[in-house]
Amino acid sequence: MIEEIQILEAVEKYIRGEMTPEERTQFEELRRTNSEIDQLVVEQTMFFNQLGNFSDWKALKVSLNEVHNHLAEQGEIRQPQPKGVVRELWRRYKRVMAVAASIAGITTLLIATTVSMIARKQSTEDLQQLRREFRQEVANKKKEVLNEVDNKIKISKAPENIAPKSGGTGFLIDGKGYLVTNAHVVNNANSVIVLNSKGQEFRANIIHINIASDLAVLRIEDNDFKPLAILPYSIRKSGTDLGEQLFTLGYPRNEIVYNEGYMSAKTGYKGDTLTCQIGVQANPGNSGGPVFNKNGEVVGIINTREKEAEGVVFAVTARNIFLLMDDIRKSDTAARNIKLPLLTTLRNLDRTQQIRKIEECVFMVKTY
Amino acid sequence: MAIESIYKLHYSMVQALIVNNNGSADDARDIFQEAMIVLYEKASSGTFELTSQLKTYIYSICRRLWLKRLQQQQKFVPDIAALDEMVLVEDELEHHDRKNSELMMMEKAMLSLGEPCKSLLESYYLQKKNMTEIAGDFGYTNADNAKNQKYKCLMRLKKIFFAEYKNNR
Repeated sequence: MIEEIQILEAVEKYIRGEMTPEERTQFEELRRTNSEIDQLVVEQTMFFNQLGNFSDWKALKVSLNEVHNHLAEQGEIRQPQPKGVVRELWRRYKRVMAVAASIAGITTLLIATTVSMIARKQSTEDLQQLRREFRQEVANKKKEVLNEVDNKIKISKAPENIAPKSGGTGFLIDGKGYLVTNAHVVNNANSVIVLNSKGQEFRANIIHINIASDLAVLRIEDNDFKPLAILPYSIRKSGTDLGEQLFTLGYPRNEIVYNEGYMSAKTGYKGDTLTCQIGVQANPGNSGGPVFNKNGEVVGIINTREKEAEGVVFAVTARNIFLLMDDIRKSDTAARNIKLPLLTTLRNLDRTQQIRKIEECVFMVKTY
Repeated sequence: MAIESIYKLHYSMVQALIVNNNGSADDARDIFQEAMIVLYEKASSGTFELTSQLKTYIYSICRRLWLKRLQQQQKFVPDIAALDEMVLVEDELEHHDRKNSELMMMEKAMLSLGEPCKSLLESYYLQKKNMTEIAGDFGYTNADNAKNQKYKCLMRLKKIFFAEYKNNR
Protein backbone atom coordinates (compact mmCIF):
# COMPACT_ATOMS: atom_id res chain seq x y z
CA MET A 1 0.00 0.00 0.00
CA ILE A 2 2.65 2.45 1.07
CA GLU A 3 4.73 1.43 -1.90
CA GLU A 4 1.97 2.15 -4.36
CA ILE A 5 1.43 5.57 -2.86
CA GLN A 6 5.10 6.26 -3.31
CA ILE A 7 4.96 5.18 -6.91
CA LEU A 8 1.90 7.33 -7.45
CA GLU A 9 3.75 10.28 -6.05
CA ALA A 10 6.84 9.50 -8.12
CA VAL A 11 4.84 9.21 -11.32
CA GLU A 12 3.14 12.50 -10.63
CA LYS A 13 6.48 14.16 -10.16
CA TYR A 14 7.81 12.40 -13.25
CA ILE A 15 4.98 13.63 -15.44
CA ARG A 16 5.24 17.17 -14.19
CA GLY A 17 9.00 17.13 -14.70
CA GLU A 18 9.63 17.95 -11.06
CA MET A 19 12.28 15.26 -10.64
CA THR A 20 15.95 16.08 -10.36
CA PRO A 21 18.11 14.54 -13.11
CA GLU A 22 19.49 11.89 -10.70
CA GLU A 23 16.02 10.94 -9.49
CA ARG A 24 14.93 10.74 -13.08
CA THR A 25 17.67 8.36 -14.20
CA GLN A 26 17.11 6.29 -11.07
CA PHE A 27 13.41 6.11 -11.76
CA GLU A 28 13.89 5.18 -15.39
CA GLU A 29 16.34 2.50 -14.33
CA LEU A 30 13.72 1.14 -11.94
CA ARG A 31 11.15 1.05 -14.74
CA ARG A 32 13.50 -0.88 -17.00
CA THR A 33 14.36 -3.51 -14.43
CA ASN A 34 10.95 -4.00 -12.84
CA SER A 35 8.21 -4.72 -15.38
CA GLU A 36 5.51 -4.59 -12.71
CA ILE A 37 6.47 -1.06 -11.82
CA ASP A 38 6.70 -0.17 -15.51
CA GLN A 39 3.16 -1.40 -16.03
CA LEU A 40 2.03 0.61 -13.02
CA VAL A 41 3.72 3.71 -14.40
CA VAL A 42 1.94 3.36 -17.75
CA GLU A 43 -1.39 2.92 -16.00
CA GLN A 44 -0.69 5.80 -13.66
CA THR A 45 0.34 8.09 -16.52
CA MET A 46 -2.82 7.34 -18.40
CA PHE A 47 -4.86 8.01 -15.29
CA PHE A 48 -3.14 11.31 -14.63
CA ASN A 49 -3.68 12.33 -18.21
CA GLN A 50 -7.37 11.59 -17.83
CA LEU A 51 -7.47 13.55 -14.61
CA GLY A 52 -5.63 16.41 -16.28
CA ASN A 53 -8.07 16.41 -19.17
CA PHE A 54 -10.91 16.31 -16.71
CA SER A 55 -9.66 19.30 -14.77
CA ASP A 56 -9.00 21.24 -18.01
CA TRP A 57 -12.48 20.42 -19.16
CA LYS A 58 -14.04 21.50 -15.88
CA ALA A 59 -12.06 24.71 -15.92
CA LEU A 60 -13.09 25.42 -19.50
CA LYS A 61 -16.72 24.83 -18.65
CA VAL A 62 -16.51 27.19 -15.71
CA SER A 63 -14.91 29.91 -17.78
CA LEU A 64 -17.42 29.44 -20.60
CA ASN A 65 -20.25 29.89 -18.16
CA GLU A 66 -18.57 32.92 -16.68
CA VAL A 67 -18.19 34.46 -20.11
CA HIS A 68 -21.78 33.69 -20.92
CA ASN A 69 -23.10 35.26 -17.73
CA HIS A 70 -20.79 38.21 -18.12
CA LEU A 71 -21.93 38.88 -21.67
CA ALA A 72 -25.56 38.38 -20.74
CA GLU A 73 -25.14 41.01 -18.00
CA GLN A 74 -23.55 43.39 -20.46
CA GLY A 75 -26.45 42.83 -22.83
CA GLU A 76 -24.21 41.38 -25.55
CA ILE A 77 -26.33 38.25 -25.55
CA ARG A 78 -29.99 38.85 -25.99
CA GLN A 79 -32.47 36.24 -24.94
CA PRO A 80 -34.86 35.38 -27.75
CA GLN A 81 -37.67 35.69 -25.23
CA PRO A 82 -40.15 38.17 -26.80
CA LYS A 83 -40.72 35.99 -29.84
CA GLY A 84 -41.45 33.03 -27.60
CA VAL A 85 -43.93 35.01 -25.54
CA VAL A 86 -45.85 36.16 -28.58
CA ARG A 87 -45.93 32.65 -29.95
CA GLU A 88 -47.04 31.27 -26.61
CA LEU A 89 -49.83 33.88 -26.35
CA TRP A 90 -50.86 33.16 -29.90
CA ARG A 91 -51.05 29.47 -29.19
CA ARG A 92 -53.05 29.99 -26.03
CA TYR A 93 -55.53 32.50 -27.40
CA LYS A 94 -55.76 31.17 -30.95
CA ARG A 95 -59.30 29.93 -30.47
CA VAL A 96 -60.54 33.04 -28.72
CA MET A 97 -59.03 35.17 -31.42
CA ALA A 98 -60.61 33.06 -34.12
CA VAL A 99 -64.05 33.47 -32.53
CA ALA A 100 -63.53 37.19 -32.07
CA ALA A 101 -62.39 37.56 -35.66
CA SER A 102 -65.39 35.70 -37.04
CA ILE A 103 -67.82 37.73 -34.93
CA ALA A 104 -66.17 40.90 -36.17
CA GLY A 105 -66.37 39.59 -39.74
CA ILE A 106 -70.07 38.74 -39.48
CA THR A 107 -70.87 42.12 -37.94
CA THR A 108 -69.01 43.92 -40.70
CA LEU A 109 -70.86 41.93 -43.35
CA LEU A 110 -74.23 42.67 -41.74
CA ILE A 111 -73.54 46.37 -41.54
CA ALA A 112 -72.22 46.42 -45.08
CA THR A 113 -75.33 44.68 -46.45
CA THR A 114 -77.68 46.99 -44.56
CA VAL A 115 -75.82 50.04 -45.76
CA SER A 116 -75.74 48.86 -49.34
CA MET A 117 -79.44 47.98 -49.30
CA ILE A 118 -80.29 51.44 -48.04
CA ALA A 119 -77.92 52.95 -50.54
CA ARG A 120 -79.45 51.00 -53.43
CA LYS A 121 -82.92 52.20 -52.55
CA GLN A 122 -81.71 55.73 -52.79
CA SER A 123 -80.09 55.32 -56.20
CA THR A 124 -81.90 56.59 -59.29
CA GLU A 125 -83.69 54.39 -61.77
CA ASP A 126 -81.24 55.25 -64.54
CA LEU A 127 -78.37 53.92 -62.67
CA GLN A 128 -80.20 50.69 -61.90
CA GLN A 129 -81.04 50.09 -65.51
CA LEU A 130 -77.58 50.74 -66.64
CA ARG A 131 -76.39 48.28 -64.15
CA ARG A 132 -78.77 45.58 -65.24
CA GLU A 133 -77.76 46.01 -68.82
CA PHE A 134 -74.17 45.75 -67.89
CA ARG A 135 -74.90 42.61 -66.00
CA GLN A 136 -76.78 41.19 -68.94
CA GLU A 137 -73.87 41.98 -71.17
CA VAL A 138 -71.42 40.23 -68.93
CA ALA A 139 -73.68 37.21 -68.78
CA ASN A 140 -73.93 37.11 -72.56
CA LYS A 141 -70.22 37.41 -72.95
CA LYS A 142 -69.68 34.71 -70.44
CA LYS A 143 -72.07 32.39 -72.21
CA GLU A 144 -70.32 33.03 -75.51
CA VAL A 145 -66.93 32.24 -74.07
CA LEU A 146 -68.23 29.14 -72.36
CA ASN A 147 -69.81 27.91 -75.58
CA GLU A 148 -66.62 28.47 -77.42
CA VAL A 149 -64.67 26.54 -74.87
CA ASP A 150 -67.28 23.82 -74.84
CA ASN A 151 -67.12 23.47 -78.57
CA LYS A 152 -63.41 23.30 -78.51
CA ILE A 153 -63.45 20.63 -75.88
CA LYS A 154 -66.20 18.65 -77.49
CA ILE A 155 -64.38 18.27 -80.80
CA SER A 156 -62.91 14.89 -80.23
CA LYS A 157 -59.95 13.79 -82.19
CA ALA A 158 -60.93 10.19 -81.85
CA PRO A 159 -62.32 8.50 -84.95
CA GLU A 160 -66.10 8.79 -84.92
CA ASN A 161 -68.38 5.94 -84.01
CA ILE A 162 -65.60 3.60 -83.01
CA ALA A 163 -65.11 2.52 -79.43
CA PRO A 164 -61.52 2.53 -78.23
CA LYS A 165 -59.88 -0.89 -78.43
CA SER A 166 -57.56 -0.65 -75.50
CA GLY A 167 -55.83 1.84 -73.32
CA GLY A 168 -52.74 2.33 -71.29
CA THR A 169 -50.35 4.93 -70.05
CA GLY A 170 -47.40 6.62 -71.69
CA PHE A 171 -44.92 9.29 -70.68
CA LEU A 172 -42.74 11.82 -72.44
CA ILE A 173 -39.11 10.98 -73.01
CA ASP A 174 -38.51 14.13 -75.00
CA GLY A 175 -40.38 17.41 -74.64
CA LYS A 176 -40.79 17.59 -78.41
CA GLY A 177 -43.56 15.02 -78.09
CA TYR A 178 -41.95 11.60 -77.99
CA LEU A 179 -43.66 9.17 -75.64
CA VAL A 180 -42.78 5.72 -74.42
CA THR A 181 -45.45 3.15 -73.70
CA ASN A 182 -45.76 -0.63 -73.82
CA ALA A 183 -45.73 -2.43 -77.16
CA HIS A 184 -48.76 -4.47 -76.10
CA VAL A 185 -50.74 -1.28 -75.56
CA VAL A 186 -50.39 0.00 -79.11
CA ASN A 187 -49.84 -3.20 -81.02
CA ASN A 188 -52.51 -3.76 -83.72
CA ALA A 189 -53.72 -0.19 -83.37
CA ASN A 190 -55.05 1.68 -86.40
CA SER A 191 -54.76 5.01 -84.73
CA VAL A 192 -53.60 6.29 -81.38
CA ILE A 193 -54.91 9.18 -79.33
CA VAL A 194 -53.20 10.39 -76.16
CA LEU A 195 -54.80 12.46 -73.43
CA ASN A 196 -52.97 14.55 -70.89
CA SER A 197 -54.00 14.83 -67.25
CA LYS A 198 -56.32 17.74 -68.06
CA GLY A 199 -58.18 15.59 -70.59
CA GLN A 200 -56.89 17.29 -73.75
CA GLU A 201 -56.57 14.91 -76.68
CA PHE A 202 -53.70 14.72 -79.13
CA ARG A 203 -53.18 12.55 -82.18
CA ALA A 204 -50.08 10.41 -82.05
CA ASN A 205 -48.23 8.10 -84.41
CA ILE A 206 -46.38 4.94 -83.59
CA ILE A 207 -42.81 5.33 -84.72
CA HIS A 208 -41.28 2.19 -83.30
CA ILE A 209 -42.39 -1.04 -81.65
CA ASN A 210 -40.14 -3.58 -80.01
CA ILE A 211 -42.10 -6.68 -79.02
CA ALA A 212 -39.12 -8.31 -77.29
CA SER A 213 -38.70 -5.58 -74.69
CA ASP A 214 -42.42 -4.71 -74.85
CA LEU A 215 -41.73 -1.04 -75.52
CA ALA A 216 -43.06 1.34 -78.12
CA VAL A 217 -42.28 4.93 -79.01
CA LEU A 218 -45.02 7.31 -80.09
CA ARG A 219 -44.76 10.79 -81.49
CA ILE A 220 -47.46 13.36 -80.83
CA GLU A 221 -48.30 14.94 -84.17
CA ASP A 222 -50.81 17.57 -83.31
CA ASN A 223 -50.68 21.35 -83.62
CA ASP A 224 -52.41 21.74 -80.27
CA PHE A 225 -49.49 20.13 -78.51
CA LYS A 226 -47.11 22.60 -76.98
CA PRO A 227 -43.60 21.13 -76.76
CA LEU A 228 -41.95 21.24 -73.35
CA ALA A 229 -38.45 22.67 -73.11
CA ILE A 230 -37.31 20.43 -70.25
CA LEU A 231 -38.78 17.34 -68.67
CA PRO A 232 -38.74 17.41 -64.86
CA TYR A 233 -37.61 13.79 -64.48
CA SER A 234 -34.71 11.85 -65.89
CA ILE A 235 -34.35 8.27 -67.06
CA ARG A 236 -32.08 6.10 -64.99
CA LYS A 237 -29.51 4.06 -66.83
CA SER A 238 -28.13 2.06 -63.93
CA GLY A 239 -30.01 -0.40 -61.78
CA THR A 240 -32.13 0.14 -58.69
CA ASP A 241 -31.49 -1.24 -55.22
CA LEU A 242 -33.84 -3.65 -53.57
CA GLY A 243 -36.20 -1.96 -51.16
CA GLU A 244 -35.91 1.44 -52.77
CA GLN A 245 -39.10 3.48 -52.46
CA LEU A 246 -40.90 3.88 -55.78
CA PHE A 247 -44.01 5.57 -57.03
CA THR A 248 -46.08 5.32 -60.17
CA LEU A 249 -48.50 7.46 -62.12
CA GLY A 250 -50.92 5.95 -64.57
CA TYR A 251 -54.43 5.84 -65.97
CA PRO A 252 -56.27 2.76 -64.73
CA ARG A 253 -59.30 5.09 -64.77
CA ASN A 254 -60.09 8.16 -66.81
CA GLU A 255 -58.17 10.02 -64.15
CA ILE A 256 -54.49 10.04 -63.36
CA VAL A 257 -53.82 7.75 -60.38
CA TYR A 258 -50.85 7.79 -58.03
CA ASN A 259 -49.50 4.75 -56.22
CA GLU A 260 -46.43 3.92 -54.22
CA GLY A 261 -44.39 0.86 -53.45
CA TYR A 262 -40.90 -0.52 -53.43
CA MET A 263 -38.41 -2.48 -55.45
CA SER A 264 -39.08 -6.18 -54.73
CA ALA A 265 -36.71 -8.10 -56.99
CA LYS A 266 -34.16 -7.33 -59.63
CA THR A 267 -35.55 -9.81 -62.11
CA GLY A 268 -39.02 -10.23 -63.49
CA TYR A 269 -41.33 -13.18 -64.13
CA LYS A 270 -39.38 -16.45 -64.14
CA GLY A 271 -36.05 -14.69 -63.86
CA ASP A 272 -36.54 -12.38 -66.84
CA THR A 273 -33.64 -9.91 -66.71
CA LEU A 274 -35.27 -7.30 -68.93
CA THR A 275 -37.83 -6.65 -66.24
CA CYS A 276 -37.91 -6.28 -62.50
CA GLN A 277 -40.49 -6.93 -59.82
CA ILE A 278 -42.02 -4.08 -57.89
CA GLY A 279 -44.47 -4.05 -55.04
CA VAL A 280 -47.19 -1.61 -56.04
CA GLN A 281 -50.83 -1.78 -56.87
CA ALA A 282 -51.42 -1.84 -60.59
CA ASN A 283 -54.50 -2.40 -62.68
CA PRO A 284 -55.27 -2.70 -66.37
CA GLY A 285 -54.50 0.70 -67.82
CA ASN A 286 -51.34 1.12 -65.78
CA SER A 287 -49.40 -0.58 -68.57
CA GLY A 288 -46.76 1.73 -70.00
CA GLY A 289 -46.81 3.91 -66.92
CA PRO A 290 -43.53 5.23 -65.55
CA VAL A 291 -42.09 3.99 -62.25
CA PHE A 292 -40.13 6.70 -60.42
CA ASN A 293 -37.69 6.53 -57.54
CA LYS A 294 -37.71 9.19 -54.83
CA ASN A 295 -35.40 11.47 -56.79
CA GLY A 296 -37.78 11.53 -59.72
CA GLU A 297 -35.81 9.25 -61.96
CA VAL A 298 -37.71 6.84 -64.19
CA VAL A 299 -36.50 3.39 -63.20
CA GLY A 300 -39.04 1.29 -65.06
CA ILE A 301 -42.16 0.99 -67.15
CA ILE A 302 -45.01 -1.09 -65.73
CA ASN A 303 -45.98 -3.90 -68.08
CA THR A 304 -47.53 -6.94 -66.42
CA ARG A 305 -48.74 -8.31 -63.15
CA GLU A 306 -49.04 -11.84 -61.93
CA LYS A 307 -52.60 -13.10 -62.04
CA GLU A 308 -52.31 -15.55 -59.18
CA ALA A 309 -50.56 -13.31 -56.69
CA GLU A 310 -51.45 -9.97 -55.14
CA GLY A 311 -49.15 -7.02 -55.52
CA VAL A 312 -46.67 -8.75 -57.81
CA VAL A 313 -46.12 -6.33 -60.64
CA PHE A 314 -43.42 -6.42 -63.25
CA ALA A 315 -41.83 -3.43 -64.90
CA VAL A 316 -39.49 -3.14 -67.84
CA THR A 317 -36.28 -1.60 -66.52
CA ALA A 318 -35.54 1.89 -67.76
CA ARG A 319 -32.24 0.78 -69.24
CA ASN A 320 -34.27 -0.76 -72.07
CA ILE A 321 -35.32 2.72 -73.18
CA PHE A 322 -31.69 3.50 -73.94
CA LEU A 323 -31.35 0.22 -75.88
CA LEU A 324 -34.54 1.02 -77.74
CA MET A 325 -33.17 4.42 -78.70
CA ASP A 326 -30.07 2.79 -80.18
CA ASP A 327 -32.35 0.60 -82.26
CA ILE A 328 -34.48 3.47 -83.47
CA ARG A 329 -31.53 5.62 -84.40
CA LYS A 330 -30.30 2.90 -86.73
CA SER A 331 -33.52 2.74 -88.70
CA ASP A 332 -35.16 6.14 -88.34
CA THR A 333 -33.15 9.24 -89.14
CA ALA A 334 -35.89 11.58 -87.90
CA ALA A 335 -35.67 10.02 -84.48
CA ARG A 336 -32.03 10.94 -84.12
CA ASN A 337 -32.97 14.23 -82.52
CA ILE A 338 -34.61 12.50 -79.56
CA LYS A 339 -32.72 13.50 -76.44
CA LEU A 340 -33.45 11.45 -73.36
CA PRO A 341 -33.66 13.54 -70.17
CA LEU A 342 -30.63 12.78 -68.01
CA LEU A 343 -31.05 15.30 -65.20
CA THR A 344 -33.87 15.24 -62.72
CA THR A 345 -35.06 18.51 -61.22
CA LEU A 346 -37.21 16.71 -58.65
CA ARG A 347 -34.56 15.82 -56.12
CA ASN A 348 -35.50 16.71 -52.53
CA LEU A 349 -38.93 17.99 -53.46
CA ASP A 350 -42.14 17.10 -51.65
CA ARG A 351 -43.95 14.20 -53.22
CA THR A 352 -46.93 16.39 -54.04
CA GLN A 353 -44.72 18.92 -55.77
CA GLN A 354 -43.00 16.16 -57.69
CA ILE A 355 -46.32 14.84 -58.89
CA ARG A 356 -47.52 18.27 -59.89
CA LYS A 357 -44.49 18.60 -62.12
CA ILE A 358 -44.60 15.10 -63.56
CA GLU A 359 -48.35 14.99 -64.11
CA GLU A 360 -48.35 16.92 -67.37
CA CYS A 361 -45.80 14.53 -68.88
CA VAL A 362 -47.83 11.38 -68.26
CA PHE A 363 -50.50 10.62 -70.84
CA MET A 364 -53.38 8.24 -71.26
CA VAL A 365 -52.96 6.23 -74.43
CA LYS A 366 -56.10 5.12 -76.31
CA THR A 367 -55.98 2.98 -79.39
CA TYR A 368 -58.64 2.56 -82.07
CA MET B 1 -9.77 36.71 -23.90
CA ALA B 2 -10.23 34.48 -26.91
CA ILE B 3 -13.33 32.77 -25.58
CA GLU B 4 -15.07 36.04 -25.00
CA SER B 5 -14.40 37.40 -28.47
CA ILE B 6 -15.58 34.20 -30.17
CA TYR B 7 -18.61 34.27 -27.93
CA LYS B 8 -19.39 37.85 -28.87
CA LEU B 9 -19.01 37.22 -32.59
CA HIS B 10 -20.82 33.97 -33.05
CA TYR B 11 -23.15 33.24 -30.17
CA SER B 12 -26.16 35.03 -31.64
CA MET B 13 -25.83 33.07 -34.89
CA VAL B 14 -25.93 29.78 -33.02
CA GLN B 15 -28.75 30.93 -30.81
CA ALA B 16 -30.80 31.81 -33.89
CA LEU B 17 -30.03 28.41 -35.37
CA ILE B 18 -31.19 26.52 -32.29
CA VAL B 19 -34.17 28.66 -31.41
CA ASN B 20 -35.49 28.53 -34.96
CA ASN B 21 -35.23 24.76 -34.91
CA ASN B 22 -37.22 23.63 -31.90
CA GLY B 23 -34.71 24.66 -29.27
CA SER B 24 -34.60 27.04 -26.32
CA ALA B 25 -32.04 29.61 -25.25
CA ASP B 26 -30.68 27.09 -22.74
CA ASP B 27 -30.20 24.52 -25.48
CA ALA B 28 -28.37 27.16 -27.48
CA ARG B 29 -26.08 27.82 -24.55
CA ASP B 30 -25.36 24.10 -24.13
CA ILE B 31 -24.71 23.49 -27.79
CA PHE B 32 -22.55 26.55 -28.23
CA GLN B 33 -20.46 25.65 -25.20
CA GLU B 34 -20.06 22.11 -26.40
CA ALA B 35 -18.92 23.42 -29.76
CA MET B 36 -16.40 25.61 -27.96
CA ILE B 37 -15.11 22.54 -26.18
CA VAL B 38 -14.78 20.72 -29.50
CA LEU B 39 -12.88 23.72 -30.81
CA TYR B 40 -10.65 23.71 -27.75
CA GLU B 41 -9.96 19.99 -28.05
CA LYS B 42 -9.12 20.43 -31.69
CA ALA B 43 -6.90 23.41 -31.02
CA SER B 44 -5.03 21.72 -28.20
CA SER B 45 -4.46 18.56 -30.28
CA GLY B 46 -1.98 20.61 -32.29
CA THR B 47 -3.19 19.40 -35.66
CA PHE B 48 -5.83 22.03 -36.07
CA GLU B 49 -5.87 23.78 -39.38
CA LEU B 50 -8.83 25.99 -40.10
CA THR B 51 -9.72 25.45 -43.73
CA SER B 52 -12.74 27.71 -43.67
CA GLN B 53 -14.00 30.72 -41.81
CA LEU B 54 -14.33 30.19 -38.09
CA LYS B 55 -17.98 31.10 -38.42
CA THR B 56 -18.60 28.30 -40.92
CA TYR B 57 -16.74 25.87 -38.73
CA ILE B 58 -18.72 26.72 -35.62
CA TYR B 59 -21.98 26.65 -37.52
CA SER B 60 -21.21 23.22 -38.94
CA ILE B 61 -20.36 21.80 -35.56
CA CYS B 62 -23.39 23.27 -33.84
CA ARG B 63 -25.65 22.05 -36.59
CA ARG B 64 -24.38 18.48 -36.26
CA LEU B 65 -24.52 18.60 -32.46
CA TRP B 66 -28.05 19.92 -32.46
CA LEU B 67 -29.30 17.40 -35.01
CA LYS B 68 -27.81 14.67 -32.89
CA ARG B 69 -29.37 16.04 -29.72
CA LEU B 70 -32.78 16.21 -31.37
CA GLN B 71 -32.42 12.66 -32.57
CA GLN B 72 -31.52 11.50 -29.08
CA GLN B 73 -34.55 13.24 -27.66
CA GLN B 74 -36.61 11.71 -30.45
CA LYS B 75 -37.99 15.06 -31.30
CA PHE B 76 -38.98 16.09 -34.75
CA VAL B 77 -35.81 16.62 -36.73
CA PRO B 78 -36.20 19.62 -38.97
CA ASP B 79 -34.29 20.09 -42.15
CA ILE B 80 -31.75 22.59 -40.88
CA ALA B 81 -30.43 24.65 -43.68
CA ALA B 82 -26.77 24.24 -44.30
CA LEU B 83 -24.69 27.30 -45.02
CA ASP B 84 -23.48 27.68 -48.57
CA GLU B 85 -20.20 26.12 -47.66
CA MET B 86 -20.07 23.48 -45.01
CA VAL B 87 -17.15 21.86 -43.34
CA LEU B 88 -17.03 18.17 -42.66
CA VAL B 89 -16.85 17.87 -38.92
CA GLU B 90 -17.48 14.14 -38.50
CA ASP B 91 -13.93 13.35 -37.42
CA GLU B 92 -13.89 16.08 -34.82
CA LEU B 93 -17.21 15.00 -33.41
CA GLU B 94 -16.23 11.37 -33.27
CA HIS B 95 -13.09 12.32 -31.38
CA HIS B 96 -15.15 14.60 -29.17
CA ASP B 97 -17.62 11.81 -28.41
CA ARG B 98 -14.88 9.45 -27.36
CA LYS B 99 -13.26 12.06 -25.20
CA ASN B 100 -16.57 13.05 -23.72
CA SER B 101 -17.36 9.52 -22.67
CA GLU B 102 -13.99 9.33 -20.90
CA LEU B 103 -14.67 12.59 -19.14
CA MET B 104 -18.08 11.34 -18.10
CA MET B 105 -16.46 8.24 -16.63
CA MET B 106 -14.17 10.45 -14.60
CA GLU B 107 -17.05 12.59 -13.45
CA LYS B 108 -19.01 9.53 -12.45
CA ALA B 109 -16.02 8.15 -10.58
CA MET B 110 -15.58 11.49 -8.81
CA LEU B 111 -19.22 11.54 -7.77
CA SER B 112 -19.16 8.02 -6.38
CA LEU B 113 -15.98 8.79 -4.45
CA GLY B 114 -17.84 10.61 -1.70
CA GLU B 115 -16.66 13.27 0.72
CA PRO B 116 -14.13 14.42 1.80
CA CYS B 117 -12.14 12.67 -0.91
CA LYS B 118 -14.00 14.44 -3.71
CA SER B 119 -13.44 17.94 -2.37
CA LEU B 120 -9.88 17.12 -1.45
CA LEU B 121 -9.00 15.97 -4.96
CA GLU B 122 -10.93 18.78 -6.56
CA SER B 123 -9.13 21.45 -4.61
CA TYR B 124 -5.76 19.94 -5.48
CA TYR B 125 -6.24 18.97 -9.12
CA LEU B 126 -8.96 21.30 -10.28
CA GLN B 127 -8.51 24.42 -8.22
CA LYS B 128 -4.74 23.81 -8.07
CA LYS B 129 -4.39 24.76 -4.42
CA ASN B 130 -1.19 23.75 -2.65
CA MET B 131 -1.05 21.15 0.08
CA THR B 132 -0.60 23.54 3.03
CA GLU B 133 -3.65 25.52 1.96
CA ILE B 134 -5.65 22.33 1.67
CA ALA B 135 -4.47 21.10 5.05
CA GLY B 136 -5.76 24.37 6.51
CA ASP B 137 -9.10 24.13 4.69
CA PHE B 138 -9.77 20.56 5.68
CA GLY B 139 -8.32 20.74 9.17
CA TYR B 140 -5.36 18.39 8.81
CA THR B 141 -2.61 19.05 11.30
CA ASN B 142 0.07 19.27 8.62
CA ALA B 143 0.52 19.18 4.87
CA ASP B 144 2.08 15.70 4.91
CA ASN B 145 -1.03 14.18 6.45
CA ALA B 146 -3.16 15.90 3.86
CA LYS B 147 -0.84 14.63 1.14
CA ASN B 148 -1.09 11.11 2.43
CA GLN B 149 -4.83 11.36 2.50
CA LYS B 150 -4.86 12.80 -1.01
CA TYR B 151 -2.94 9.81 -2.35
CA LYS B 152 -5.28 7.40 -0.64
CA CYS B 153 -8.23 9.17 -2.25
CA LEU B 154 -6.45 9.16 -5.56
CA MET B 155 -5.96 5.40 -5.36
CA ARG B 156 -9.65 4.92 -4.72
CA LEU B 157 -10.58 7.20 -7.57
CA LYS B 158 -8.23 5.30 -9.82
CA LYS B 159 -9.80 1.99 -8.87
CA ILE B 160 -13.34 3.24 -9.54
CA PHE B 161 -12.29 4.89 -12.77
CA PHE B 162 -10.60 1.81 -14.17
CA ALA B 163 -13.49 -0.44 -13.16
CA GLU B 164 -15.77 1.91 -15.10
CA TYR B 165 -13.27 2.11 -17.94
CA LYS B 166 -13.14 -1.66 -18.34
CA ASN B 167 -16.92 -1.89 -18.21
CA ASN B 168 -17.21 0.49 -21.09
CA ARG B 169 -14.62 -1.04 -23.36
